[in-house]
Amino acid sequence: MTEFLSALANYTFMQHALMACILSSIGCGIIGTYVVVKRIGFLAGGIAHTVLAGMGIAYFMGGSPLLGAVIAALFAAVFISFIKLRWKQQEDILVAAFWSVGMAIGILFISRTPGYSVDLMSFLFGNILLVSKSDLILMMMLDIVTVGIVFLFYKQFMAAVFDEEFARLRGIRIEVYYTLLMCMVALTVVLLIQIVGLILVIALLIFPAACAAQFFHSIFKMMLAATAICLLATVSGLAIAYQPDLPAGATIIVTAGVFYAVAIASSRLLKQLQKKSVVN
Amino acid sequence: MNPIIEIDNVSFSYSHVPVVRDVNLVIHEGEFLGVIGPNAGGKSTLLKLILGLLRPDAGEITVFGKSPDKGRSRIGYVPQYPAFSRDFPINVCDVVLLGRLGETRWYGGYTQEDREIAMDALKAVEIDNIWNQSIDSLSGGQLQRMLIARALASKPEILILDEPTANIDVRAEEDIFALLKQYNDHMTIIVVSHDIGFISGYVDRVACLNQTLLCHTTSEINGKTIEELYGAPVRMIQHAH
Repeated sequence: MTEFLSALANYTFMQHALMACILSSIGCGIIGTYVVVKRIGFLAGGIAHTVLAGMGIAYFMGGSPLLGAVIAALFAAVFISFIKLRWKQQEDILVAAFWSVGMAIGILFISRTPGYSVDLMSFLFGNILLVSKSDLILMMMLDIVTVGIVFLFYKQFMAAVFDEEFARLRGIRIEVYYTLLMCMVALTVVLLIQIVGLILVIALLIFPAACAAQFFHSIFKMMLAATAICLLATVSGLAIAYQPDLPAGATIIVTAGVFYAVAIASSRLLKQLQKKSVVN
Repeated sequence: MNPIIEIDNVSFSYSHVPVVRDVNLVIHEGEFLGVIGPNAGGKSTLLKLILGLLRPDAGEITVFGKSPDKGRSRIGYVPQYPAFSRDFPINVCDVVLLGRLGETRWYGGYTQEDREIAMDALKAVEIDNIWNQSIDSLSGGQLQRMLIARALASKPEILILDEPTANIDVRAEEDIFALLKQYNDHMTIIVVSHDIGFISGYVDRVACLNQTLLCHTTSEINGKTIEELYGAPVRMIQHAH
């Protein structure tokens, strides 16, 4: 632990890693809450995997993989919403299609990238220790956009995730807000890919909000709690991984998974205790 | 009395099965209309057509002289089944506040005025004491009252209720109809029910829907009309007008 703290004090890459944890926790807490209450975890996973296509193409063309990731994620979000809403296609099949074809395209482009073969592992599992200053700036911008949009349209998103039919009757354009929400999920996915990679992203998006859902019965409180839990999971995962030199992304995910297990077990225990006290 | 909803020769079918056929109906301002009919007779479908959630295959509907999706913001709707899941993390007051959408500012949170209107709506349906309870703890009657309060929060000129008393006991049913009767002073009310004997004590006019539509004033309702509608004699409950 002391070694982790001294590394934090002395090394820029560790400070960047900590900043990345903080910045990604904000997006994770807010958007993760919507993903959990709207039950679109699988869809978020689909968007995450489609991102590999964008990263692969960007690498092949010599561009920034992160920018490629943003474009691919938004593309997937808009298309999945459009096809689901307009062509009335089954969502799970649609997501599976984007998931697999996106990854396949990514792998094809990476295999054709000339010169040094790209480290595929860092796309798939992330590398929080390699987060650069410009990555941090992009992450901060994504956070500002997310917080700003959620602040402006809090009521509309609430109506859209809670009761679509009623929202429509009150003049809310469901298609617009659904697509907007998907785009924010996409941006958050990109945010989190930096930390844990695209395969594990789904866990970080869901676990903190699912933990919060066990104890809080309001969207706003869930968002705050999920942000805090996500921060705790990422930072403690980073700390645990440091000394034995474990992969940070995987350690973070296991930590978040343990948090979730503890949360559901203790919420169950709490309910049983409450029942007992009512009976007595 | 001004006509506020006009249904002109409307037909609708779900993939080739006709549900509503050649329906003509004019609903006037201040009316308390009961819509009755057997299951699968098209009652809920007719409401959804009025609300613009479905589009007629033939014919035309206008709400306040406009198309349903333009006019429906002045309608408060209480669905038969809530379209949300009961374990959603939200409390009673926040559900009722959703009724303010379209009436309040477009950005940010709700205003103080919205909160006052929502609390007034909760008081009107007598559940203001549970305003901060989460919805998974509500009884059937409380849930129904919350849905009515949500519809009232938009200050509608027309209130449409689909089987508002299907899931609650008789006493709560009487309370809710007494409440609606009171609201009828300044609001047009359309209520769908399968309980013909019960609602005819409250409504001005009854529309009997079994694919096609027959209209009666309540005094005309008798065993024969009911038999025509349901195809079998129905036990009549005595009621005074």
